[in-house]
Amino acid sequence: MTENNTKIRGNMIQRRLIPSYIVLIIVSFFSVFPIYWMVTAATNNTVDVAKGKIFFGTQALDNFKKLVEGTNLWQSMGNSFKYALVQTILCLLVCSLAGYGFELYHDKGKDLLFTFLLLGMMIPGVATMIPLFTMMSRMKLLNSVLGFVLPAIATPFMIMMFRQNSRNFPTDIMEAARIDGLSELGIFFRMYMPVMKATYAAAAVITFMNAWNSYLWPRVVMTDNKAQTMPILIANMANGYSVDYGMLMMGVLFSTLPTLVIFFVLQKQFAEGITGSVK
Amino acid sequence: MKKKKSLSVITKQKIAGWLFLIIATAMIIVFSFWPMVSAFTTSFKTGSAAKLKWANPITFNYARMLQDKIFKTSLANTFLYLVIQVPIMLILAIFLAQLLNNRDLKFKGFFRTCVFLPCSISLVSYSLIFKSLFATQGLINSILLKLHIISDNINWLGTTGTARMIIIIALIWRWTGYNMVFYLAGLQNIEYSVYEAAKIDGANGWKTFWYVTVPLLRPVIIMTFIMSINGTLQLFDESVNLTGGGPAGTTMTMSHYIYNNAFGTGVANFGYASAMSFVVFILVAVLAAINMKVGDQRD
Repeated sequence: MTENNTKIRGNMIQRRLIPSYIVLIIVSFFSVFPIYWMVTAATNNTVDVAKGKIFFGTQALDNFKKLVEGTNLWQSMGNSFKYALVQTILCLLVCSLAGYGFELYHDKGKDLLFTFLLLGMMIPGVATMIPLFTMMSRMKLLNSVLGFVLPAIATPFMIMMFRQNSRNFPTDIMEAARIDGLSELGIFFRMYMPVMKATYAAAAVITFMNAWNSYLWPRVVMTDNKAQTMPILIANMANGYSVDYGMLMMGVLFSTLPTLVIFFVLQKQFAEGITGSVK
Repeated sequence: MKKKKSLSVITKQKIAGWLFLIIATAMIIVFSFWPMVSAFTTSFKTGSAAKLKWANPITFNYARMLQDKIFKTSLANTFLYLVIQVPIMLILAIFLAQLLNNRDLKFKGFFRTCVFLPCSISLVSYSLIFKSLFATQGLINSILLKLHIISDNINWLGTTGTARMIIIIALIWRWTGYNMVFYLAGLQNIEYSVYEAAKIDGANGWKTFWYVTVPLLRPVIIMTFIMSINGTLQLFDESVNLTGGGPAGTTMTMSHYIYNNAFGTGVANFGYASAMSFVVFILVAVLAAINMKVGDQRD
C-alpha cells in the first residue's frame, strides 16, 4: 500500500516536472546543435554545407587533406600544445606557491599586498598589450614561448583560487613536518602539493584551456607564421575571399578537439576551475 | 637563550612566507601593473611606434577621441552588447540552474553537460561557427527558405541590425552555461531545509525564488555581473572573427578598434590606442565599483 502511494506520488512529481523537461530539452538542443553542425560540416564539401546539409557526409578525408596541404596545421597544433603546456606548468607552480604563502604564512602585510594584487583583475588585456609588445620586442622575445607565456604565468585569479583552497590545509601537518626537519620549501613540495591534488587538477584544466584558446595576445606577440597557434590559423583561414566551409570546419574541429576531450574527461575539474575561488 | 632561538625560527618562517609569494607578486607588477602605468603615459604621446613624443597639447589623444566617430560607435556597440546580452544571459542562467537544482529531476547530468558544452569551444571557433551558420549561403537561410519564412536569402552579417543581434545571440550561447555553473554551485550551498521552511510558511515557487534563493545567491550574482561586464567591455574575438567589425565598422567593439589602431595594417598609433585602452580600464573599474557598492547596500 505505502509502496503504491510513493509510486503514485513519484509519478505526480514527474508529471509536474514535464515543463522543466521540455525547456531543458530545447535549451540542450540549441546548446549542442552548433557543435554537432561543426562536426558534420567538417565531413561535407563546401557546396553541401552552403546548401544546409546537416548530416554526416563523405568528404572528411578530402577536407583533411586540403587542410594539411593548404595550411601549416601540424606546426600550429604543436605550437599550441607547447605554449599551453609550458604556461600551465609555470602558472600552477608560481601561483600555488604564492597562494600557499599568502594563506599559510599570512600576516597583515601579506593580506594588504594580496588585496593590492587583486586590483590587477581589473586591468584589461587590451590596455597592457601595447607596453607588453614593446617590452617583448626589446627583450627579443617576439615569436618565442617565453613571449607567449610570461604575461600569463602569475594571475590574481589563480593565486586567489589556491589561497581559498588552502584554507582546508591542516596546519598541524606543517608543524609535524617541521619537527621532522623538513624545510619550508620541502613542506610545500612534499606535503602541500600532494594534499592539494584536486585544486591543481582544476587549475591545470582551466589554465590549459585559457592558453589554448587565447587569441588577442598571441596575435600581438606571435608575428611570424611559424609561431602561430590554432586559433590564429583558423581565423586566417576564414579571412580569405572565398571560404571553403568544409575545410574551415575541419580546421575548427582540430582546434576544438583537445578542449572537447578535456571537457568530457575532466568536466568536474573544469567546472571547479571556472568557479575556482567562489566557495 | 631559548626564547631567542624560537624567535629566529618564526622569523625564518616569515621570510619563507615572503619568498613564496615574491615571484608571483613581481610578475604581476612587471607584466600587469607596470604596463598599465606605461599605457597611461603612452596615452599622452603621439607619433609612430618607434619614435613617440609628448603630444602637443598634452591631451591631444583624448580630444581626438571625442571627434572620432568610429570610436564613439565602438563605445556605443560595446554598451549595447552589455545592456542587452548580460541581463538576458544571467537571467537565463539562474533560471536553468534553478530547473537543474530540482531533487526529483532525472537526467540532470546529461542536461547540465549539454548546457555547459559551449564553454569547451574557443571564442575564435564559435565565432567562425556562427559566421558560417549565418552566412548568406548558410544553414539558417536555407532552413528559413525551406520553411517559406523568407523568400530571399538574408544578408545577416552584412546588415548592421542583424549583425549586432547575431553577436548577442552568439554571446548568450557561449556564456550562459558558464554562468549557470556558478549559480549551480551557489544553489547547492543552500540547505534544503531552508526551502522546506519557506514551503511551510506558505511561500509559492516564485516567492521562494525571489525572497529566499535570490538573496542567498546575491554574492554569486554580483560576481557573475562583474565578470560579465568585464568580459563584455573587452570583447575582441567575436568582433574580429564573427562580423569583422562590419558592415562598415558598425558592429566593432572598443578592443577591436584599439587593436586596429595599434597593430592594424600600416598603422602603429600606440599613443591613440593607449588613450582608448585607458578609457576601457576606467570603465571596467567604475562599473565594478558601482556593482560592488549596489551589492553591499542591499544588506
